[in-house]
Amino acid sequence: MNEKRGVRKIVVPGELIKEMGKPGNGVFVENGKMYSAYLGVVEIRAGYVNVIPLSGCYVPKKGDKVIGKIIDIAPMNWVVDINAPYYAPLHVNDVPWHVDFGYTARYLSIGDVILAKVSNVNELGQVWITMKEQGLRKLEGGHIIQISPFKVPRVIGKGGSMIQMLKEYTGCRIYVGQNGMIWISGSPEGIITVIKAIRMIESEAHTYGLTDRIKAFLEEERGEEHGN
Amino acid sequence: MGIKSDIRLIDDNGLRIDGRLPNQLRPIKMEVGVLDRADGSAYIEWGGNKIMAAVYGPREAYPKHVQEAEKAIIRARYSMAPFSVDERKRPGPDRRAVELSKVISEALESVIFVEKYPRTSIDVYIEVLQADAGTRVAGITAASLALADAGIPMRDLIVGCAAGKIDGVVVLDLNKEEDNYGEADVPMAILPRTREIALLQMDGDMTYEELTGAIEMAMEAAQTIHKMQIEALKRKYVEVE
Amino acid sequence: MSNSKFTAGVIPEMKRDYIHRLASKGTRIDGRNFDEIRPLEIVKGYAKRAEGSALVRLGRTKVLVGVKIEVGTPFPDTPNMGILTTNAELAPLASPTFEPGPPGEEAIELARVVDRGIREGHAIDLEKLVIEEGEKVWIVFIDIHVLDYDGNLFDASGYGALAALTDAVVPASRYELGDDFKLPVLHYPVPVTFAKIGNWIVADPNLDEESIASARLTVTTNEEGHINAMQKGLSGTFTYEEVQKVINMSMNIGAKVREIILGDSDGKED
Repeated sequence: MNEKRGVRKIVVPGELIKEMGKPGNGVFVENGKMYSAYLGVVEIRAGYVNVIPLSGCYVPKKGDKVIGKIIDIAPMNWVVDINAPYYAPLHVNDVPWHVDFGYTARYLSIGDVILAKVSNVNELGQVWITMKEQGLRKLEGGHIIQISPFKVPRVIGKGGSMIQMLKEYTGCRIYVGQNGMIWISGSPEGIITVIKAIRMIESEAHTYGLTDRIKAFLEEERGEEHGN
Repeated sequence: MGIKSDIRLIDDNGLRIDGRLPNQLRPIKMEVGVLDRADGSAYIEWGGNKIMAAVYGPREAYPKHVQEAEKAIIRARYSMAPFSVDERKRPGPDRRAVELSKVISEALESVIFVEKYPRTSIDVYIEVLQADAGTRVAGITAASLALADAGIPMRDLIVGCAAGKIDGVVVLDLNKEEDNYGEADVPMAILPRTREIALLQMDGDMTYEELTGAIEMAMEAAQTIHKMQIEALKRKYVEVE
Repeated sequence: MSNSKFTAGVIPEMKRDYIHRLASKGTRIDGRNFDEIRPLEIVKGYAKRAEGSALVRLGRTKVLVGVKIEVGTPFPDTPNMGILTTNAELAPLASPTFEPGPPGEEAIELARVVDRGIREGHAIDLEKLVIEEGEKVWIVFIDIHVLDYDGNLFDASGYGALAALTDAVVPASRYELGDDFKLPVLHYPVPVTFAKIGNWIVADPNLDEESIASARLTVTTNEEGHINAMQKGLSGTFTYEEVQKVINMSMNIGAKVREIILGDSDGKED
């Protein structure tokens, strides 16, 4: 395979890893040899050899900002789908309101969408989330779309450059959850443009010159709007 | 197996009805990431087979009583489209599909690190769109790609491949006519790295030498198919416009 | 989806360790050698209303197989052949983990593996079961009834099916089609199932062994030493060498089992 410069080395499950180092994440050792457990790229950090998956479901990390949907309600907590293998409980102590026992449904009901933060993850992958921090809240109005969590860094761009550009050109408010859920609020035309741009980023995430192409696209869209 | 007939499956030059040598595979094409909604997907064309595989999960297993406290459950569902065969197949799983789904689930589980996702299910849907013998092994080969594409941790890819016997000769990868009129079929799934056997079925009539010859032939071919799998997986991420 | 029967009970770690410890000493939980099957007892003609039947005791596993034979129309693609059909029922009386209802995937796999052995091994001469080509043939129904489940249903059912077929009489007079005649049996395919426990392979696993086995392999061979059917199960794997060993053991054990099935254990009271 003709691997381009700058493209990191891709490995598949069961592939022997020749890089030297201690076994880190995403690898396993059999008979003294190291193999990849994932379709991913090899990364060496602090003497450890890791394989970073290239695809798959969202794996929550402590501190991640995520967008989730309330799917169930209990007297002391809500159950939130954050697009991960497990649903995340949100306890009444972790919301910015004082909720009396049994009154959870008054504050968040099934189908509501929230911006939350992962407060803890245990080794089984079970997750706890919180809304008790500046900026975390219930999201109202606007629109929500889903992308692969592995494409989130490209949508945000270096130092937030891509997302900033999308906001400037469309005037929309945008929250990108690390779990691949994206909330967009603004004019209907703006939202449509943002979605088109995000779909472009998604399908071309692995190509060069992406930022320039997105910028050209946004210019064109704005031109059309002004022309109308 | 074994509808009796006068059809000759191997000619005087030792070639098969589609011109193949005994140990030759049919043409195989694979593509990864063909579906939008699935967490992972793959498409395979293998001879006249056209098969799509999709993976959903790991996700909390439902209904709850099927959850296992210490591992993910692997639920493969093998299904044939009604128009995938000459005579329309009634929709829904028949007994054959139920059995195949079971042995495919078990074979796939052999490579997956199921202990990483307790209480979840990993659902694998294999849809045969066009059938030409060897659908289960082609389906497993595609399912393996879809699992890798879904970011499921595994200790190896898994390769499906069949061998059999026609006109008294041990051959690789039976096509439809050979399957209908041949004497034996041995579908297998192989872990290419360790050469372990994860699925093994057989029907027909073979001597010990013929059977072991067929197994060896399929295991050898698995190495070739494994290379195609790796190429298909890497192609999805390396291709630059 | 294989989580109804085999996982319904959590296996005590203690049992697993014990069976492994025994295996490392070359023996098994009931004192058998690795290639030794449990005592096999077959009573033919147990169910008098059936055209043929056999009650099989394989250790504490108990299975009753009945054969019914009726007149029907042949499949369009095989107008000059009788029809064979196999069904299995895991009756709830056989185990606390069996549930009433339509056959689940375990029952379906069991029926299909037994059917494959009988069919591919040409146990019965289907060509002799034609009454009128393309119009009327004999249909042979093999019904497997599991009564007591202590492991290895594949073999107990396979032995029962073959024994019931050798016992069966085609009820021609009932349909005014001449005299009754013995069902024409051509070959004697016999399955033998093995379980992989750790790195050991044991024949005819009982329920305890089955519940901790990582992989399973059934090999059906006939009296000529040919292989007619195989079925691998569970999520573990076999090496090629293990498969070779299993096939060889299956032929040896199968030969002994065949003698028992064909032996003079006819329980019919005439």
